[in-house]
Amino acid sequence: MLDLTFDAPKPRVISGATGDWEMVIGMEVHAQVASKAKLFSGASTEFGAEPNSNVSFVDAAMPGMLPVINEFCVEQAVRTGLGLKAKINLKSAFDRKNYFYPDLPQGYQISQLYEPIVGEGEVIVWMGEGVARRVRIERIHIEQDAGKSIHDMDPHMSFVDLNRTGVALMEIVSRPDIRGPEEAAAYVTKLRQILRYLGTCDGNMQNGNLRADVNVSVCRPGDYERYRESGDFSHLGTRCEIKNMNSMRFIQQAIEFEARRQIAILEDGGEVVQETRLFDPDRGETRSMRSKEEAHDYRYFPDPDLLPLEIEQEWVDAIRDSLPELPDEKKARFIAEFGLSDYDASVLTADVESAAYFEDVARGRDGKLAANWVINELFGRLKKDGHDITRSPVSPGQLGGIIDLIRKGDISGKIAKELFEIVYTEGGDPARIVEERGMKQVTDAGAIEAAVDEVIAANPAQVEKARDNPKLAGWFVGQVMKATGGKANPKAVNEIVRKKLDL
Amino acid sequence: MGDLNRMTIAEARDALRRGEVSAVELTEACLAAIEAAGALNAVVHGTPELALEQARAADARLRAGGAPDMCGIPLGIKDLFCTRGVPSQAASFILNGFRPEYESTVTSRLFEAGAVMLGKLNMDEFAMGSSNETSTYGSAVNPWRRVDDETPLTPGGSSGGSAAAVAADLCLAATGTDTGGSIRQPAAFSGIVGLKPTYGRCSRWGIIAFASSLDQAGPMTKSVRDAAIMLAAMAGHDPKDSTSADIPVPDFEAALNGDIRGRKIGIPREYRMEGMPAEIESLWAEGRRMLRDAGAEVVDISLPHTKYALPAYYVIAPAEASSNLARYDGVRYGHRAKLGAGDGITEMYEKTRAEGFGDEVQRRVMIGTYVLSAGFYDAYYNRARKVRTLIAKDFEDAFAQGVEAILTPTTPSAAFGLGEMADADPVRMYLNDVFTVTVNLAGLPAVSVPAGLDSQGLPLGLQLIGRPWEEGALLNAAHVIETAAGFASRPSRWW
Repeated sequence: MLDLTFDAPKPRVISGATGDWEMVIGMEVHAQVASKAKLFSGASTEFGAEPNSNVSFVDAAMPGMLPVINEFCVEQAVRTGLGLKAKINLKSAFDRKNYFYPDLPQGYQISQLYEPIVGEGEVIVWMGEGVARRVRIERIHIEQDAGKSIHDMDPHMSFVDLNRTGVALMEIVSRPDIRGPEEAAAYVTKLRQILRYLGTCDGNMQNGNLRADVNVSVCRPGDYERYRESGDFSHLGTRCEIKNMNSMRFIQQAIEFEARRQIAILEDGGEVVQETRLFDPDRGETRSMRSKEEAHDYRYFPDPDLLPLEIEQEWVDAIRDSLPELPDEKKARFIAEFGLSDYDASVLTADVESAAYFEDVARGRDGKLAANWVINELFGRLKKDGHDITRSPVSPGQLGGIIDLIRKGDISGKIAKELFEIVYTEGGDPARIVEERGMKQVTDAGAIEAAVDEVIAANPAQVEKARDNPKLAGWFVGQVMKATGGKANPKAVNEIVRKKLDL
Repeated sequence: MGDLNRMTIAEARDALRRGEVSAVELTEACLAAIEAAGALNAVVHGTPELALEQARAADARLRAGGAPDMCGIPLGIKDLFCTRGVPSQAASFILNGFRPEYESTVTSRLFEAGAVMLGKLNMDEFAMGSSNETSTYGSAVNPWRRVDDETPLTPGGSSGGSAAAVAADLCLAATGTDTGGSIRQPAAFSGIVGLKPTYGRCSRWGIIAFASSLDQAGPMTKSVRDAAIMLAAMAGHDPKDSTSADIPVPDFEAALNGDIRGRKIGIPREYRMEGMPAEIESLWAEGRRMLRDAGAEVVDISLPHTKYALPAYYVIAPAEASSNLARYDGVRYGHRAKLGAGDGITEMYEKTRAEGFGDEVQRRVMIGTYVLSAGFYDAYYNRARKVRTLIAKDFEDAFAQGVEAILTPTTPSAAFGLGEMADADPVRMYLNDVFTVTVNLAGLPAVSVPAGLDSQGLPLGLQLIGRPWEEGALLNAAHVIETAAGFASRPSRWW
């Protein structure tokens, strides 16, 4: 078991006219299950298909159609639960959440209110070296997504696209353990990272495959601790829920705005009204969507078309055995095994692909050197082109080859960067490129001596000065390097210059 | 051969196999009978061309030999079943013009076995009703009449069209569905056999849902043997229905040996209701005698929670219905109201559903919405679920004492006049289901067998309730009553 010791970060404090305020944030993250088929119908989940082309009779809620659970989606939810170190409920059940909307053909969403498939778990959210927030997960349940209503294509009509209808979602509900906008973004980032490690959600926020409802309230310093000790929510302020956020930046902006809005109300002697709000990114503010009084009565009841979902402990164990190494474990191992800094290890474990790439490069080589090359050269270069690691033109083998050439002393660091650029843009075997293009470092003492002699002979005045000021030796080294096209071994050049100048 | 349409399935099967009659001849006889029976309003969408096409295919199969029992048997199909390319409206205006692009599992199985579809049959709207009077097509009429009385009577409901069609020999048999008695009560009112199988025996896929946890399809036939034959063709596990049971379908017909010696038959004392007509009481006594005469051990039993069944049913069924019927919103298929200037989505829903659903459906949707709403859920829906568990346990206890079947009357009265209940409290209509709903709540199989006529010459039925998955034994007991009662009466033809 991974031993994690860390300190909790300070909650975000906003100073008001009447004293300090703290934020309390809980999140409901909706993650689309990475599945080719929908939750209760065999229809495809492909993104960007022609409107209403991925729609089965079940999705369109034709008369007499019945849902049948997709076992793969259940497996992904269990996998996610295990990844969040959560309790897996061997028996869960589906409920209907009833409301009318054209993009909800059944007139109800099949969800899990009373008996979710995953119970309590946790996410460790790192806020710096040795500083992290332990965010408790309350539950994860599986449910159907709705379709899409389009109101802006025609002045008189609305259109409905049911492609998304019935796609499987996992709703991951946290406890109100997040204490600031940065922590909220870091929580979603960490959750997304874990989901992508597990392969249970692609984490694509632009496509809406990962979106969050954010519950925000404010309280006075000390209130939150009283809540944690007693479990009594009355120590906390009234919360507002900001719906459907799909950008880390907007999540932070919305929380900041919302907290300040609530503080302003409270400091004016008013009361925060529990309600659902929407964030308007153009104006940077949240707006009321519906009040508690206008809230739907969803008339939840057990879905009589579906039997309770019962799974076997053996099946859960088999899924547990197939879990990949997760981010926190991987990061700890990179630090221990490769001697990386906390920061480098974090960067390299941000996603599975980068971590795997790094490990391929680092295997049998100097880990720190490999990390430098992957992070500084490769990531920098990819970023310039807007590529991610999966589209790197340089393979781990090629980058390893470059590092090997440096270690052998065949090329200098400077030449290595040139070589990297050649490999990046043109491809090819680094050792062969070095050979063919004569990029190999000159280590032959005779050749270097000849070059040094030439420079000394051509610059008698500088030689004089150097005898008084030994620091000028560097100038000679530079000239020699220039004369050899950078191929001379700088260390050898330095030694020979000093010898010839009697320094 | 004359009157081919009067044959039972078993008779027709044997005659077809012997080549004494063809499926086309049988079908033509039924189509002619339907043609002449407009006054019964039992068939609401005739499919004569499809029927003849299926009959010709069945004849080819019969000639080739080895055809299944149902091959060439002309059937009527309740309008609740989705039948590909054929109007399937659940007798509701909200599904006006709806023709599904798919075939229900039960009708698929029947057609794969070679059965012939004559047309779709009348019913109460969305199967909600006990008299067929809530149908958008107008009521089906019972072929039976009181002696010297031309008052049109209800064939019962919701499968009233099925019962009328079978009783009037418009088809050899029909499919029905039963949520609270919708097969058994019309069977009793029309002098035919109606079987509600164990919940999960027949797939619900493609049957327009009323109350998912109670709905079950079953056969409505002229004899117990026919029910056994037809159930075998309808039943079986369907991966498309999560509530369909993955257990083998036995040969139900083989169970009909008439031997019930030593079998324990329970008589539940709670079914002896205050004010029950003497004729029903004596029919029930007659049934007990028939079973005893056949060597069964008839014992008194108690099903203590029976009195809570009807209220629990009228909470659970509407609750599920209110959700199941939410999909009829005018967005994708069926009726959509014409909208006025400025009308938005809310008006579209309200007008469409107000125009599309009849009064009884609206009443049940409202009851269901109410009992599920915040603050009432525990008091109504959750309490009803607890009652349901207790009712199921009552039966389990009885079966645990060795009882193999339970005998009760099917209905508290014979068929009543159409329109007679029009001004009555809806609860009076619901009381028709008092002997039948317990079975649906417990998911058990039950059959109604015609056992006699009342003083006005109307048929009365007895109900036998069986152990789960033991439809064979249940039908065998029913077969004993059928044989002993020797019910051979038919309605005299007035239509």
